[in-house]
Amino acid sequence: MRKRIPLLRNRHLVQRLGFSLLTLMAALTVLPIIGVVLFIIKEGLPAISWEFLTAMPREGMRAGGILPAIVGTLYLTLGTAIFSVPLGVAAAIYLAEYAPENRLTRLIRIAIINLAGIPSVVYGLFGLGLFVLFLRFGTSILSASLTLSIMTLPVIISAAEEALRAVPQAFRTVSISLGATRWQTIRRIVLPQAMPGIITGIILGLERAAGETAPILFTGAAFFLPRLPHTPFDATMALPYHLFVISTQVPEMPFQIQYGTALVLIVFVLSMNLIATIIRSRARARRQW
Amino acid sequence: MVTRPMPDPKILIEHLTLHYSDGTESLNDINLAIPANAITVLFGPAGGGKSSLLRCINRLNDLADVKTLSGRILLDGENILDPKTDIIALRRKVGMVFARPVVLPLTIRGNLTYGLELAGERRRSRLDEAVERSLKQAALWDEVKDRLDDPASALSGGQQQRLCLARVLALQPEVILLDEPTSGLDPISTGKVEAALQELKKNYTIVLVPHSVQQAARTADYAAFFLQGKLIEYAPGQEIFTNPKDKRTEDYVMGRFG
Repeated sequence: MRKRIPLLRNRHLVQRLGFSLLTLMAALTVLPIIGVVLFIIKEGLPAISWEFLTAMPREGMRAGGILPAIVGTLYLTLGTAIFSVPLGVAAAIYLAEYAPENRLTRLIRIAIINLAGIPSVVYGLFGLGLFVLFLRFGTSILSASLTLSIMTLPVIISAAEEALRAVPQAFRTVSISLGATRWQTIRRIVLPQAMPGIITGIILGLERAAGETAPILFTGAAFFLPRLPHTPFDATMALPYHLFVISTQVPEMPFQIQYGTALVLIVFVLSMNLIATIIRSRARARRQW
Repeated sequence: MVTRPMPDPKILIEHLTLHYSDGTESLNDINLAIPANAITVLFGPAGGGKSSLLRCINRLNDLADVKTLSGRILLDGENILDPKTDIIALRRKVGMVFARPVVLPLTIRGNLTYGLELAGERRRSRLDEAVERSLKQAALWDEVKDRLDDPASALSGGQQQRLCLARVLALQPEVILLDEPTSGLDPISTGKVEAALQELKKNYTIVLVPHSVQQAARTADYAAFFLQGKLIEYAPGQEIFTNPKDKRTEDYVMGRFG
């Protein structure tokens, strides 16, 4: 006869071991993020000063501030929003509310999914070909924003479509039974309910655009500019590209300025993330369904 | 099948046949005359086609995946299945209350004025008037008059369902369709809804899918028994529940199946 009790005990042991392992794995995924952030804060914080944030670079970018890069990233993010938000939200409304299930919409969906998988440097080359050269927008904020917009679109479309689909179907049926048209139903009921989810998607998409280097490399980013850009047709400095430049292209670059720049970029991106999180959790608390 | 001649019905359904693409419910050659100022009850076991029929009367089936639809539904003599029908106007004239109370994510007042505002009514006085009138008709006014600007979702289930009824009434429709409106409600709330309907039938045409045979018997002026997409028997309420002509109706009313 076999002994049963050790087997039972063994089963508990396996369960606990497995559980601990999973907890450990989950904790491990958080560690690098915390590690990176803490390291950058530690190294970069001493560089942060009023001058660093508001002055032009001096002495071949080895001193002074990074104002043009900060302003440039703001412009690029704003420019990306101007193009990608209306287009992305409109596309999501079409896909979630109007599109019939047919070959065309399946094709659109596959295109969107694949758009999200294209490496960002390929977007950069595409933007160079289409916007900079063919459309003659030059190396400019406009070209870079358009390129970033194409990259951001799939993120916004997917998030917005998901948010729209999460609104209960019953709201639509009721609204239509009360004599509303489809568009009235969308505008007055569905969109307001989906708005927090859509805004979250927009911010996450723009956040990615703000941190990208490759798409703006050939389309709008400048190595160094002695002044702030005046029109959308000017090239601009930008935080991620500036970071790349001062880390690899400029000899005898003080480490502090590199980490200071990284800190500004990461704070910019993470605060967008924070805003998205706040909007989401507030909306969830207020949600009535 | 027993059909009675009825002078001037509000709704006349002729040879209505309906199939959904997924083959769930269907209707086969339905002929039915629904009078004004009475409660007409459509009853029978689940899947009999009662809800499908209701959804035809205000063209809500346009949203569903319908494979075939033939026959006519005459409302005041006009065929509402005609493609030229103004569906928006039709839905304002033929209101619908659903089984699950679905309040729109608006205030109590917002739920009531929603349909009117879409219809172009902007005058505050008219809207306020409609809010008060419809809430009184649905026996909800006293319970909510002090908190009209609270979210509608804060109401209890029974209150929400009466709000849904009031929301339909605010549009001053001519016909009210109710699809098991009390299926999720406690007996007290159910009583309130049923009492409101008895009062409302003086001025409206009411078509009710009840959630039980008992409710059918309690409320029906006329009753139509549906089984598997066919209309088996149609007669005044007292007759069909006390002296059904068809064996299947009798079996169902007596509780031998269903």
